[in-house]
Amino acid sequence: MAEIAALPRPGPAGPIDSPDALLAYERSLDCVHCGLCLPKCPTYLLTGREPSSPRGRIYLMRSWAEGRIAASERLSAELDFCLVCRACETVCPAGVRFGEMMEHARDEIGRARPDRAAGGFPRRFLLHFLLPSRSRMRRALALLRLYSFPPLRALLRPLLPKELRRREALLPRVPARLARLPELTPAQVGRRGRVAILRGCVTESLLPETTRATAAVLARNGWEVVAPEEPPCCGALHAHFGEIERAQALAKATIAAYEASGAETMVVDSAGCGSVMKEYGALLARDPAWKGRAVYFASRVRDVCEFLVERGFEPPARELRARVAYADACHLLHAQRVSSPPREVLRSIPGLTLVPLPETELCCGAAGIYTITNPETSRALLDRKVEILRKVRPDYLANGNPGCLLHYAAGLRGEGLPTNAVHPVELLAKAYEAPGR
Amino acid sequence: MTASPLVRDLLRMLEPDGVLCEPEDLLVYECDGLALFRATPEAVVLPRSTEQVAGVVRFCAARGVPIVARGAGTGLSGGATPAPGGIVLELARMNRILDVDAEDRTAHVETGLVNADLSAAVRSKGLFYAPDPSSQFASTIGGNVAENSGGPHGFKYGQTVRHVLGLTVVLNDGSVARIGGPNAENPGYDLVGVFVGSEGTFGIATEAWLRLTPIPPFVETLLFSFRSLLDGCRAVSEMVAAGVEAAALEMLDDRTIAAIEASVYAAGYPKEVGAVLLVELDGTREEVEAQAREARSIAKRCGALATSEAVEEAERARLWKGRKSAFGAMGRIAPDLYVQDAVVPRSRIAEVLAKIGAIADRHRLRLANVFHAGDGNLHPNLSYDARDADEVRRVLQAGEEMLRACVEAGGSLSGEHGIGLEKRDFMGLLFTEADLEAMGRVRRAFDPQGVFNPGKVLPLRACRERVPAPAEEPVAP
Repeated sequence: MAEIAALPRPGPAGPIDSPDALLAYERSLDCVHCGLCLPKCPTYLLTGREPSSPRGRIYLMRSWAEGRIAASERLSAELDFCLVCRACETVCPAGVRFGEMMEHARDEIGRARPDRAAGGFPRRFLLHFLLPSRSRMRRALALLRLYSFPPLRALLRPLLPKELRRREALLPRVPARLARLPELTPAQVGRRGRVAILRGCVTESLLPETTRATAAVLARNGWEVVAPEEPPCCGALHAHFGEIERAQALAKATIAAYEASGAETMVVDSAGCGSVMKEYGALLARDPAWKGRAVYFASRVRDVCEFLVERGFEPPARELRARVAYADACHLLHAQRVSSPPREVLRSIPGLTLVPLPETELCCGAAGIYTITNPETSRALLDRKVEILRKVRPDYLANGNPGCLLHYAAGLRGEGLPTNAVHPVELLAKAYEAPGR
Repeated sequence: MTASPLVRDLLRMLEPDGVLCEPEDLLVYECDGLALFRATPEAVVLPRSTEQVAGVVRFCAARGVPIVARGAGTGLSGGATPAPGGIVLELARMNRILDVDAEDRTAHVETGLVNADLSAAVRSKGLFYAPDPSSQFASTIGGNVAENSGGPHGFKYGQTVRHVLGLTVVLNDGSVARIGGPNAENPGYDLVGVFVGSEGTFGIATEAWLRLTPIPPFVETLLFSFRSLLDGCRAVSEMVAAGVEAAALEMLDDRTIAAIEASVYAAGYPKEVGAVLLVELDGTREEVEAQAREARSIAKRCGALATSEAVEEAERARLWKGRKSAFGAMGRIAPDLYVQDAVVPRSRIAEVLAKIGAIADRHRLRLANVFHAGDGNLHPNLSYDARDADEVRRVLQAGEEMLRACVEAGGSLSGEHGIGLEKRDFMGLLFTEADLEAMGRVRRAFDPQGVFNPGKVLPLRACRERVPAPAEEPVAP
């Protein structure tokens, strides 16, 4: 039998031809293959396959950088199979920055194989056409609202092919049109300062209550709130899916809008957006004109619950009797390491019971546009969550990320469960508004 | 994808997603936690049942295709390195807890179950599964059985073999046998004792009946810091001599502390000290308090700089998670890590540590020490860069010299990581030709064709000649 000898590894080979690729390669070297990330990875939990684990993917990225494998279909499929929930970062003793590494690797491999991209046309349509333009996004959502009109939907739905019909069930419902949030919401009590909030690419239309609650809660606590019309999108989805140049352009627009707003802090009610904004410094690290501005901006970004707890907020005086389960959003818990502020906000509400929820550190499968790129896995993870919620039966499922809220809402709706998916600040706003006893 | 005939046949026995054969997939299975040794398998199979395992084994054994079983691939001796031309049998999908009997304190599980998941599942019943290798949050029961894993608490509770009551094993003809069983007493040969620690060379365990242990009523973790490892070692010796019955006695040196404190597992270990000693005591409150007093006074006498203690579960968990992440945390120091695993008599730890330090210096290697001081199980960690061929050579040379130093001091080759591929060629340091031949006979009784994990544990004849066996009496392990 052939003997197995101890082998040195080859150094970087072929494809390392850009600073980004080199960066990703250097990051991969922090991993000493200990395997502590395996049981925390959703795709490893579902498949038991090493290549679908963080350690396996790092090994693949490293081997690709060393020229041991090509930018093959299998490689890009495996990288696209990752949710980039970053649960692996929370447990990694070596501090491997997996998310950043994956974004760069997807970008480089995407350029090597422009044909590959999971999600095909819907993905390109969303990332390249809709998200970069607020007016296009609004028009698209208006169409979706029209489709959501029950008689029309009942008429059209049966005409869809079976595969599309299954995906249609996960389509967000567009609520009736609400008056748009004003550009400026004045502080309700003694003005403490001015903050900027994100109008959001889809939140303002799909989850108008969340944006409103964010503005209302901030105003109630003495903050003047600006909600700039531009930029249309912060670039989070583009960065996650390895379209770095597009993400960089949107990041610059976001920074410029913040600078023009005169706000002291950028307060974010979307975990995914907050996490990419806090990492703008790294995203624009090699752009001398922007690096300093990006690093400063990133230091001014706060999740809304994080901000409220850090700067102090008025606990509601009135009761809100409800059983609430808080489900961590991966980009709050793993990417921003924010876990107690949202819970503190919820605990401040008299009458509210925070009930424990198992597996709250595990991704729900929303993961940006993962519902489009990997619908089956997305669904499997959602089903797992719904199964748990069926047992816990809370009145509200609280979560700090719009993508997750829409995903949970679709899952709960599909099962006919009475639980409502809401952002924690919505419950706080509700408690502030609750009628006196 | 062009499937080889082997893959086509395997696919007949498993679901389409139960066989991996593309080059990218095979590549990631080329090594386990010891990345120094690599070999590419022909295919990877992921069975879901004992029947599927039996089918694959029957098929492969009949054709002489080597089989390497793998759990989470966290092993540190190359035990799950694939055999060239063979398949990897990945048990991660067989991870169910089949039954828990709280009254009899036993659990019946599939062997792909993650170690820590068992303790989590039985916690509400006041029980836990005692073996706690540092990899326990990822490593599987099957891997623990193969390596006879220990862990910090092995000092008091014993290694895996003391906690396995029975196993369902697939033998090399594809037959399924039960050895031992759900009861504590099993007549006939103690095959469980033979099988546990056989490193995947006797057969494949697919189910296990495990002993569960009641959670002790009171636990306290003491943390002592010392100016040097030597002071700490002296304290350990005196504590054991004085009859302090610790559940665990763990030592970490300054470099290990620095790596852990820079990580997400920062445990609040004091910095700028030479060493930290963790002492865990459990039992009734009175017992623990009496022992803690004794331990404190000994530590003070041995020059302890500071002492702190944790009783709260969360606080204790933090101290232990830090310790258990030491291996991974070393990734901050250099791209690759080589963890030695050797045992020396407790009385000679200090002397051997000095030798180990000198060996690392001589080979210009970065050394960090973290070890189970209670049972003399040393883990010198050598950080290196696998892209530097000369450094790789120096690491291997230093590792060998360290092992020799341990054996010369009356110690053993491995405390808990197993022999695997890494230490196979050093077995001659500890055993005579006749000893090894006796082991070989047992192995051949289980696996005459040598399909299970070939090339591991026992030296090939050629290798034995390279490392001459000691002429006189072998040293007892």
